[in-house]
Amino acid sequence: MNIPRNWRLQQQRYRLEGEVCEKCGARIFPARDICPECEAPAKTPLVFSGKGEVYSYTTVHTPPQGFEEFAPYILALIQLEEGPLITAQLTDVDADHVDIGMPVEMVTRKVQGGGAEGPIVYGYKFRPVLHATVHAAPHE
Amino acid sequence: MRDVAIIGTGETKVGEHWDVSLRHLALEAIQAALADAGVATVDALYVGNMLAGELAGQEHLGALVADFAGLSGVEALRVEAADASGAAALRVGYMAVAGGLADIVVVVGVEKMTDALAGEIVYGRSLATDGDYESAVGGSLTAVNALLMRRYMHEYGYAQRDFAPFAVNAHRNAVHNPQAMFRFPITPERFAAAPMVCDPINLFDSAPAADGAAAVVLAPGDAARTFSAVPVRIRASAVGTDALAVHDRHHPLLLRSAALAAQRAYEQAGVTPQDIDLFELHGSFGILAALSLEAAGFAAPGQGVRMALDGEIGLTGRIPIATMGGLKARGHPAGATGVYQVVEVVHQLRGLAGENQVPNARLGMTQSLGGSGGTAITHILERME
Amino acid sequence: MSDTTTILRPEHPVGIVGYGAYVPRYRLPAREVSRVWTGGYGGTPIKEKSVPGPDEDVVTMSIEAARNALARAALPDPALIRAVWVGSESHPYAVKPTSTIVAEAIGATPHTQAADWEFACKAGTEALQAAIGFIGSGMARYALAIGMDTAQARPGDALEYTAGAGGAAYLLGPAEESLAVFEGSFSYVTDTPDFWRRAYQHYPSHGGRFTGQPAYFKHITAAARGLMDALGTSPADYTYVVLHQPNAKFPKSAAKKLGFTPEQVKDGLLVNEIGNVYAGSSLIGLAAVLDEARPGDRLLLVSYGSGAGSDAFSLRVTEAIVERQGRAPLTREYVARRVEIDYATYVRFTGKLRK
Repeated sequence: MNIPRNWRLQQQRYRLEGEVCEKCGARIFPARDICPECEAPAKTPLVFSGKGEVYSYTTVHTPPQGFEEFAPYILALIQLEEGPLITAQLTDVDADHVDIGMPVEMVTRKVQGGGAEGPIVYGYKFRPVLHATVHAAPHE
Repeated sequence: MRDVAIIGTGETKVGEHWDVSLRHLALEAIQAALADAGVATVDALYVGNMLAGELAGQEHLGALVADFAGLSGVEALRVEAADASGAAALRVGYMAVAGGLADIVVVVGVEKMTDALAGEIVYGRSLATDGDYESAVGGSLTAVNALLMRRYMHEYGYAQRDFAPFAVNAHRNAVHNPQAMFRFPITPERFAAAPMVCDPINLFDSAPAADGAAAVVLAPGDAARTFSAVPVRIRASAVGTDALAVHDRHHPLLLRSAALAAQRAYEQAGVTPQDIDLFELHGSFGILAALSLEAAGFAAPGQGVRMALDGEIGLTGRIPIATMGGLKARGHPAGATGVYQVVEVVHQLRGLAGENQVPNARLGMTQSLGGSGGTAITHILERME
Repeated sequence: MSDTTTILRPEHPVGIVGYGAYVPRYRLPAREVSRVWTGGYGGTPIKEKSVPGPDEDVVTMSIEAARNALARAALPDPALIRAVWVGSESHPYAVKPTSTIVAEAIGATPHTQAADWEFACKAGTEALQAAIGFIGSGMARYALAIGMDTAQARPGDALEYTAGAGGAAYLLGPAEESLAVFEGSFSYVTDTPDFWRRAYQHYPSHGGRFTGQPAYFKHITAAARGLMDALGTSPADYTYVVLHQPNAKFPKSAAKKLGFTPEQVKDGLLVNEIGNVYAGSSLIGLAAVLDEARPGDRLLLVSYGSGAGSDAFSLRVTEAIVERQGRAPLTREYVARRVEIDYATYVRFTGKLRK
């Protein structure tokens, strides 16, 4: 069930919390505490905007154990507007409406259902931007 | 450092071995290799394996395999580097002999996948991706490689069917390999009609999960002729790494681990890609074959698929790949694959490849990838004249 | 009983600082239910209902609605929120709060209250009323009240035509920061067993026509009249009225009985397009109305929860509404985002297919 593992990743999963490098300004997701650009220690938290665009995508017809209930689902690489790439599912969209470069936004969804008895794992997915004029969320 | 030579090889047929256990697969390959080398005892055994704990319900393989292979008491360890585990075990064996810590070493790559259900195998293989940020969001190994393939098609303007030559070439060569899993040819049309696994990767663009074991026996180069009429020298043994997660790489379409491993190997051997007569690469998907050709310097970025389309990867092409069927048609028993590649190159260099013989093969290269390129392990082998 | 003992009004005036709706994208036409269960015979109570996607539940839907409410409020820091309260009949866990997950996702943890509310379809307005008290007493500056459901209905039951998914979130705060200010609220509660779900059961049961006159109509009209009497208002004083909407007929008929015109009802009436979203039903109607409202408008909101009770609220819209409406997706944008599915897909998505 990996309860502690999912629990300790909640800030990344629910809010796209990463880090910013105070030395070179690189925005880092996922958090790794060492800047991948300049190798300086980087532990300052940064909540990403959740905006980005599709860098690549695939429809998963043969899911790994634990993801059967969602198949077929779309997995994508998203280029976040702050720079980093992230691997995440797309939701609320059909594969024939996805294109490389399509603007997307982060939503929080069920990533694993947990069956009838296990814990539900919630986390980020991305969907086509719903409302283009939404102002930046207040905590950013 | 001492020269290291391969003095014997053994392999089981790759396939679904319902009636053979992991330990007996390993035994069969080890016995064949020891017989080929003409040795009865070894100083050490290194076992390459990726998924025995997850799929076959067995860890602690070093001691287990040593015991059941009749080598009880010897130094025995399991080495793991995802799909590149077999090559990693060879790398460790090479270090032991080259460093003078052991004289005769047997390296076996073994994988028993079919004890598990399909979904468990997909899950097991996905453990080679980043567990917190790739497989945790539903990323299978195939899916992650499909992301690379779609981006490659987008950047370089290829269609999905352009990847067919990798599978067609692999199947053509497997026909004459008695150890191969799929000994039948396929056409580009059949490739194009295959069902999608993770769009744009289809079933015929994917190496099959399988059971199998392959082994080699290593000895110091100066003693090699005592054991083998046609020993093969390991001219280079190199490892490169990169971020496990594709999204953590600066340039996802440049396999940095593979470029580093190849570069280091060329430097060790003092050769260039032009000197290599055949290249057993890690074509678990067409996209990885293309990216490997590019990373190892056989094609410019974006030209790996073009090479295949131009017929340059066949047995008489500029750089023959998958000469015995490759991962696609010989089969891909995960942690065993890296050793199969080496055994096949040894056959080629010894002139034992039959219908699939690459003419005048003197220098062969193997490259095994872990996951989608987190690890790359390159060996350059040379026929000792 | 005098007005001063029955009307609920806080010490300090309280209002809505931000609001946000959520509706999933999938729609099941009522004719699909009819096709499967009656051979297409007979009428349908609504046109279609919303259905949650396979990766959605009350937690994920509440998070999105809450984010919309926060975006409208432009709160400097979500850690200022002192309560995250979610009313629902379909919390994904029987034990383990929905509200802690929502609070964590919006950044309101750890110095906050978090609780799940239960009172059939009025669990959301219960949370709303509690938040008014929490802020109005001076205990908190901001509190979040959510009504959200992925409504359950037994396959083939009359409820299956309407049981939909959706709801809304309300960030409440001081009146001076609000886009609409509460003028007062009023509750009317009795023991009326019209609709229930026993523990460990998947689907609710109900008393058929008993859910009408002695249940819905009696409580809705009593609460609405009680509040208007206490405030000295009449239907003509309101630009909009939003009543709990289990089907298209009940709210129209109750509004008429109370003296409201169809014009006052129509903007808050979503049931024909999204179904009865249980604890989210009246609250998402209010969100749709706030999307349209102008400063000075007066709104009457009345919920209904089986078992049974109604909460009535009178609101006056302020100048602040103008710039906040566009800061998050409008309710009608969610309603318009529709993908039609058939009964088989609906059965898969809602877990009615037991493997």
